[in-house]
Amino acid sequence: MNEVLMKVQDLSKYFTIDTDWRGKPVSVLKAVDEVSFAINKGEAFGLVGESGCGKTTLGKILVNLYTPTSGKIFFEGKELSALNKKQRRSYCKDIQMIFQDPYASLNPRMTIGDIIAEPIIINKLLPMSEVEERVIFLLNCVGLARHQRNRFPHEFSGGQRQRVGIARALAVEPKLIVCDEPVSALDVSIQAQVLNLLDDLKEEFKLTYLFIAHGLGVVKHISDRVGVMYLGKLVEIAPKKELYANPLNPYTQALLSAIPVINSEKKERIILKGDVPSPINPPAGCRFSSRCFKEFGPCKLNTPKLKEVSPDHWVACHLF
Amino acid sequence: MAKDNSANSAENLMQAAEYVEKPESQLKEMWETLRQNKAAVVGLVIIALLALIAVTVWISELIGIQILPYDPNYSDMTKSFIWPNAEHWFGTDQLGRDVFSRIIDGTKISLFVGVTAVAISLSIGVLLGSIAGYRGGKTDAFIMRTMDVMLAIPSILLAIAFMAALGKGLDKAVIAIGLVSIPEYARIVRGSILSVKENDYVQAARVIGNGDSRIIFKHILPNIISLIVVRATLGISSAVLDTAALGFLGLGVQPPFAEWGDMLGRARGFIFTAPYTLIFPGIAITITVLAFNLFGDGLRDALDPKSRIK
Amino acid sequence: MLLEVKNLRTEFKLKRGTVRAVDDVSFTIDKGEILAIVGESGSGKSVTSLSLMGLIQKPGGVAGGEILFKSQDLTKLSQKELQQIRGNKISMIFQEPMTSLNPVWRIKDQIMENIMTHMKISKKEALARTVEMLDTVGIPSPAERANDYPHQMSGGMRQRVMTAMALSCEPDLLIADEPTTALDVTIQAQILELLYQMREKFNMAVLLITHDLGVVYEAADRVIVMYCGKIVEEADVKTLFEHPQHPYTVGLLQSIPQIDNESDEHLYMIKGMVPNPLHMPPGCSFSDRCDRCMERCTKEMPELQEINGHKVRCFLYDKAEEGELSAK
Repeated sequence: MNEVLMKVQDLSKYFTIDTDWRGKPVSVLKAVDEVSFAINKGEAFGLVGESGCGKTTLGKILVNLYTPTSGKIFFEGKELSALNKKQRRSYCKDIQMIFQDPYASLNPRMTIGDIIAEPIIINKLLPMSEVEERVIFLLNCVGLARHQRNRFPHEFSGGQRQRVGIARALAVEPKLIVCDEPVSALDVSIQAQVLNLLDDLKEEFKLTYLFIAHGLGVVKHISDRVGVMYLGKLVEIAPKKELYANPLNPYTQALLSAIPVINSEKKERIILKGDVPSPINPPAGCRFSSRCFKEFGPCKLNTPKLKEVSPDHWVACHLF
Repeated sequence: MAKDNSANSAENLMQAAEYVEKPESQLKEMWETLRQNKAAVVGLVIIALLALIAVTVWISELIGIQILPYDPNYSDMTKSFIWPNAEHWFGTDQLGRDVFSRIIDGTKISLFVGVTAVAISLSIGVLLGSIAGYRGGKTDAFIMRTMDVMLAIPSILLAIAFMAALGKGLDKAVIAIGLVSIPEYARIVRGSILSVKENDYVQAARVIGNGDSRIIFKHILPNIISLIVVRATLGISSAVLDTAALGFLGLGVQPPFAEWGDMLGRARGFIFTAPYTLIFPGIAITITVLAFNLFGDGLRDALDPKSRIK
Repeated sequence: MLLEVKNLRTEFKLKRGTVRAVDDVSFTIDKGEILAIVGESGSGKSVTSLSLMGLIQKPGGVAGGEILFKSQDLTKLSQKELQQIRGNKISMIFQEPMTSLNPVWRIKDQIMENIMTHMKISKKEALARTVEMLDTVGIPSPAERANDYPHQMSGGMRQRVMTAMALSCEPDLLIADEPTTALDVTIQAQILELLYQMREKFNMAVLLITHDLGVVYEAADRVIVMYCGKIVEEADVKTLFEHPQHPYTVGLLQSIPQIDNESDEHLYMIKGMVPNPLHMPPGCSFSDRCDRCMERCTKEMPELQEINGHKVRCFLYDKAEEGELSAK
């Protein structure tokens, strides 16, 4: 279980927002800033955070949609930048992505069968004669029927489209799937269906998930370990039971207390002051210091590093 | 603001009503919408008629049967400037040629020029626009600044400049007109590629291992094809107009062949004595241009799913 | 009683048929009460709120029923008369704080315009009131921020501005259509807190439209659950969450992943999906997805009936079959 599948070391991605006349960057958005973590084989690693915290950017770096500004990615022990072209291709095949918006992630001009067949064909995984059979198999895996193969995406509801997106990701037999908010655009009753499907597929295909979401309930349900991000930084990583029972970083505490919980006594809420600051000019020192209710001396001066405070529980906070 | 919201929720509802089973194909639905637009249907009918005329004249010429009342290029000075009558419906011109026959014959040239010129500008424009939009950065800047320079020069002047380099003649006029309108297509294609490129499905295509050219041709272009088709339809009308303008200036088709613009140009000295020699070619140009414009507008509405709902 | 909706029906006439988005909906709101309407997309919750405001556009329209606001039937008023009430006695905040504000106007101009169309006061007084309202909704240094343009503010701030604008004429009823959906959890907590405070301060009623049951549990006094344009259950918050009765409500509550849930079991799921509004199943509209569907359910639509203030539309709780049910 504890075999590391993917390891990320000091990964950063900066976007240049504005340059001066010489093309020198004058304002830079630090979407992901020196993030390190590891995902074990067969686990679901949850990544939570509010909008603009860089979780989606992180996911897109892993599937090679963005090139990182600095930092290293190890996949199955091999460093990504050291790979040759062929190995890189196989890396890309091994890591797939499920997108957030099922209305935007399927090409409206292709039938769903063609959408699922495409990755098999371009990666030459199967002889053409067997592709069709595989497509039908994948459709069945995600709970769609054979006769829907030749329909177009607009003929489907959001939940069904998300199933097509899942089938497309499965088509190349990936090892890791980055699920970028796969249920947040869906209705509550459909969310449960898709979450259960993801759970089943994980068992069936021995998958590893990086599960990105802003809903803490959803992340808790599906993940084994959870990382919390705030303004491009990982602030806490812990096994889910530990994280939800004993959150250490004040931001995690506030995040957990902000969620409305049904059928429990109305709890005392930590209401954070202010808004998430802009990632273009984040506060100095700890990024959370401008909103933190436990802020003290060193917070505004130094950026805290991730420390292991108890087995497998990592926190970046000056309190620890 | 409130209105937007209600429109949105109504739209959602209608989409909800539309999804699950869609009995009609998109093409059929498009045709339905187009059919309800009377102006577009009129445009389409005229275009079909013009095409029929052009093809018939062309074939009859090939196999040597004369179906026109008179040989359009046969001049008989004794019959010059006959006012329209039962024998010569549109009268005869200064060289005694039958204007009606010449106009019918000219359809062939006008349509040929329109379609070919658009084909030239379309293929080059789409290619340049795709590269610029997809690549971005310096490539984009270089291509688009060149296009901007071309757009900054009045198109007819630019066409004349091209013809000065290429020489006179119909074929050269077609090339000149084609080259002049490249920037319009490049701009449209670049703009839509920029917006489509950011769509999740294009990113998804990259994640599953598509190469750049496949992404452009399989995932991006099919989604903006409707825009290009509409622009091309409207483009034909402006190409017809440009040919006429070049013909009027004496740079297009060379005598004795009939071309509407050329007819107008040569008849302009007789505007008071024989106005019909100008009026009829003028009407022909107007009708053709109008037909393509009406059809193009209708097509745009039919291809836009939002206007289709309404 | 502040608002009484009786048998409201809103229809959309489409090419392929008529969609009844709101079907025979009746409810009341008292002064100072927070009533929540929950439902998924296509349930008709947003169309209900837009019908109240008279904002349904072609091809839709209110096809029947009464909307009695302080005993005055809003469906009988002209657009002009409605405008007097809209933004004044009844105001609304929307889901998208990004698009609900006009991007080319300063914040203060937008709020002042609203105040001055409904109250006869001078520009100076309107400005003072604007700043006061911004202060009330918790915007720091309100006098300066009033000069900002919407794009200079974050999503949470814009939702506060929207709230300030909606509250500026001291409405009797505030309709909040998914006010926190577009916001982050920590900001959502702030806005819910704000709604609560404003209710206390102005003693206004709030109609909260949302799909988030967590928000309902935290914020509302009474809940209406809608499915396919119909009310399927109505009760006060405590009763509804502790003793949900309609199979749809029960299913919804069970299918939400809770953070206090320790089990790794599969989530309960409601099978299938919301039917196409043009092809509703015969009988109860939930019958094709219901685990407890009986033969009768596929033939007739159950009535909404009240047992001790708890209204349910389901044959499981039919008075005629009650004896049989309790016998089981």
